[in-house]
Parts: sequence; structure tokens; C-alpha cells
Amino acid sequence: MVQQLSVFLQNRSGKIATLTEAFYENGVDIRALSIADTTDFGILRILVSNLEKAKQALDRLNYIYSVNEVFVVAVPDVPGGLAGVLRLMSAHRIDIEYMYSLVDRGKNDAYMVFRVSDPDAMQQLLQENDLMTVSGVSLGLA
Amino acid sequence: MQKIYQPEIESASREELVALQNERLRIQVQRVYENVPYYREKMDALGVRPEDIKSIEDLHKLPFSYKKDLRDTYPYGLFAVPLKDVVRLHASSGTTGKQIVVGYTRKDMELWNDCFARALIAAGATDEDIVHISYGYGLFTGGLGADGGAMRIGATAVPVSTGNTRRQLTVMQDFGSTVLCCTPSYALHIAEVMEESGLSKDDLKLKAGIFGAEPWTNEMRLQIEQKLGIKAYDIYGLTEVLGPGVAFDCSEQDGMHINEDHFIVEVIDPDTGKVLPEGAQGELVFTCITKEAFPILRYRTRDIGTITRGKCACGRTLVKMTKPRGRTDDMLIIRGVNVFPSQIETVLIEKGYSANYQIVVDRENNFDSIEVQVEISREVFSDTVRGLAVRAKELSAAMKELLGINAKVTLLEPNSIPRSEGKAVRVIDKRNLFE
Repeated sequence: MVQQLSVFLQNRSGKIATLTEAFYENGVDIRALSIADTTDFGILRILVSNLEKAKQALDRLNYIYSVNEVFVVAVPDVPGGLAGVLRLMSAHRIDIEYMYSLVDRGKNDAYMVFRVSDPDAMQQLLQENDLMTVSGVSLGLA
Repeated sequence: MQKIYQPEIESASREELVALQNERLRIQVQRVYENVPYYREKMDALGVRPEDIKSIEDLHKLPFSYKKDLRDTYPYGLFAVPLKDVVRLHASSGTTGKQIVVGYTRKDMELWNDCFARALIAAGATDEDIVHISYGYGLFTGGLGADGGAMRIGATAVPVSTGNTRRQLTVMQDFGSTVLCCTPSYALHIAEVMEESGLSKDDLKLKAGIFGAEPWTNEMRLQIEQKLGIKAYDIYGLTEVLGPGVAFDCSEQDGMHINEDHFIVEVIDPDTGKVLPEGAQGELVFTCITKEAFPILRYRTRDIGTITRGKCACGRTLVKMTKPRGRTDDMLIIRGVNVFPSQIETVLIEKGYSANYQIVVDRENNFDSIEVQVEISREVFSDTVRGLAVRAKELSAAMKELLGINAKVTLLEPNSIPRSEGKAVRVIDKRNLFE
């Protein structure tokens, strides 16, 4: 499992720019990013190169955030690759809270980030089906 | 000249009215001093004896009464008669923890009914009218106040109370309602639902409406009149003083006649407490000179207005007050429900939110809307949209349950509410009722 940062953002112009600027100043690299948005607010979900430094930057700017455990799953980068994983999850009644993709250059696999309803069941499913999960270290996350 | 319910009072000469007020005030002050220890202590503290109040010229010597006095003496501390003589209790609308209670003797009920009856007659109602009462029936004074007035003039009261607007329209159609009593914003809502239902004002028999319990403008009056095809009359009152019927609109619709045989009005500077000359704008202060059970003296209404004594074309001589221009304190009136920012704050904090919030009141489609913007806390944050939506909904539900208001909740980032050096700006009222 990988630790993800979820940050509350108001849906206003310049909000993400301010945050990325702060990460830059703290030497934090964003390895994956996704945004869920509504008319009023958004939730920025990110995997960062250095969680502690990222948290410091967020604390200094008084952001409200949480650290959540997510699965990063290596999915064969061929047609049907993702479908196969999702089919398994569905069959085991594991619901997806949210998911997004992560790009890692020079690899044959695509990476999907999952936050699921039942992490234990997911863990078991991944093991039983020989699906490769990716650790934070291998993604360059600290 | 229109019909007047009690012309001997409503059209009395100033001399007659003043003589009546002088006599009633003297008796009332004596009675209150003897029967309400709380007032006696307040008067003693100022060194005022009942004998010092010989006429309305001496009124300014009496201490003011405030909402706080009602809370401090809750429930019965300001009553001037034993409970066995009280035939009715009412309480202030929709608020939690800030409730106040007032009582009425049989005679008080009669004078209240008279006061509302004057308003009905001034609105052109007769014993042949069907008075559709969509004010809430209950502890709130609106429903039963209107009810008593309708009964007094021999009209047919339809006690529909609030809610279920489509059914209200069916009742209006089937029963042939001719006079509508409700809050002005609800009157407009009824008009909207009428249009949505494919009905026109010609499908209804309404000819007049008596609207009160919340601030409203002349523009809104014209809208109501046009949409419902009626004449819209304002009525003023507060639970502490009487309920609806302290003052009422006449055919001229340019100021409400105060029922001066029961209530003496003063306009004061809210900061200094000094009585202002006639025509000046200030805080309205009322003294009950006839009520037995709850005879409040010099009650600070927090309503800002002016009074004028010019001769009215309707034939009445009772002094007129303008529509109140707003409150001197921060109490909000949302669709007739009193809400204090502090109460909203209490709910927010209980639910794990920060005390950094702002209340935005607006009027959308002639309906008061309230939005509570609150900075999110770590405690309530969720990394899923659904999670946050559920939090906001829970907060809305809590405010509905505890305060009786339907508020939209908007979650904000920390530090997004402007901070103030002095008192926080808690309320942004965009209704601009009087601009």
C-alpha cells in the first residue's frame, strides 16, 4: 500500500497553482495526481516524492488534508488489461471509492491507483491472482 | 372613507386619545409595580415611584425592558397576574434555548382579537369573508392571532396553518377563500406554486391579504398584489408586546396605524436611549397600557422605524409607523423564524466544524435563503466527494432540526472567511430589502 495525500481545495482559480508552488519550494515532486471536483470544492489526491516535506508545506499554508492508504496496481498495458483487474474486483464485490492512473516511463505496465471499500479483500485478491502491486519505494516515494 | 372597526378609538381626537393613554398608563404602572417584583426592583433602582408617572410625558422616567429581561425571568417572572387568570400562553417562534413565553388573560385575548379585527376591517374584510390563515398555528402568535381577529368580525376562518402549498391552493379554490393571512414570502411562494400548477389568479377569489411576521418591502407588496390580484396589507407585532396587531395598514398603505389605546410608542436613539422628536428615525419602544397578564413597559423592540402623526385619508387618527427598517441587533428573521448567528455557531461547533463561519442571507425568487459558509476542519474532512457531501447534508439536517431553518452548507478552506479585528462579520444580508 502507498500513502496518498488528499487535500481539500476550494473551487477557485489559482488554488492548485499556489499548492504546487509550495511543493516546488519544499522540493516535493508530484508523482501522480487526480482531482475530484464539485461546484463548490475539490479534493486533490496526490502521490508525492516526500510525504513529510509535503505535509510540512501543507501545514504551513493551513491546508486541510488527510493521508490515505491506496493500492497501486500494475496493470498490463494492453487492451483488456484494466478490464481484467476490474472484472476480478467486481466479482469479489470490492467497490472502488476512486481510481486514477499513474504514468511511469519506460515500463511495460500501466499503474492504477485504487482506493477501495474493502482493503483487506483487495489485498487478498491481488495476492491470489498474482497481480503485482507497486510499493512506494519503487515509485520513488518516501 | 373606508369602514372602521372601532371608530370611537381609531378616529378619536388626539386629546381624547392622550387622556385615555394618561389614565391607562397611570393605572398600569401602579399595577405592574405592585404585582411584578422584577419591575418593582428596576423602578426602585432608578428611584422611580409609580406616583411619579402622572401622564405619558413621564413615560421616559420608566426603565426600559429588553428581551434579556424575558429570558432572565423565564418563564413566568414578568407575569402580573396569577396563572389561574391566564387563559393562553404563546412563545417566540422557532428558536432553541432563546425561547420566551408570554401570557394572556381573557381580557387580553379580547383586546388582541380587537386589534387584529381592526386590521381585517381596514383591509376591507367583513363577516362575509373567508379568511384563509396560513400562519403557523401553535405557540407562534401568527395563526391564532389572525384566527381570533377573523372570529371577532364574524368572518369564516380557515385554519390551514403552514405548509403543503398545493393543498393550500386546493383549499382556497374549493372553499372560496377571499382574504389570505401569512408571511409575505409565503404569499409569493403561493403565487409561484399557483403558476406552476397552471392556475391563474382568476381561479381564486382572493381580494386582500394581511401579511406580517417578517420584514418586507413595498416592492414586494406590489409583486404580491400583481401576482395574486389582491391588495396586500402589512401588519406589525411582536410576541413580547402582543403578537400580530400592534399596528396595521389601512387603505392608504403608507404606514401602519398603531393601536394607541393599548400601546404607547416611543422612538428612541438606540445608543443613548433618549426619546427622539417625532419624525426622526430610531428604535421603536412599546409600552402596554391595557394588557393584564404580560404588561411589558418600554420594550426595546430593536426595530428601526419612524412615526408620523399626519391626518390619514382613511379617517383614522392613530399614529402611523413606517415598515421597520431592520433590527439593531444581529437577529436574523428567515421566513418568519428567528435565528441568532450564535445558535448556528453552536450547531457548527457541536458537529465538529470550526467557529469560522459566515451566514449569507439572500432572497431568491422572493424566498429567503440562508447559506452557512464554514471552514472545514480536519475532523470532518473526507477524501471522497461523497463523504464531504454527506457531512454537509448532516449539518443542514442538524440546523433544520435544531433551528428550524433550511440552510445550504458550503465548506470552505481554512482562512477563507475574512477575519476582523473587532467583532466578526457573521452575517452578510444580500436581501437589501430597503434599498
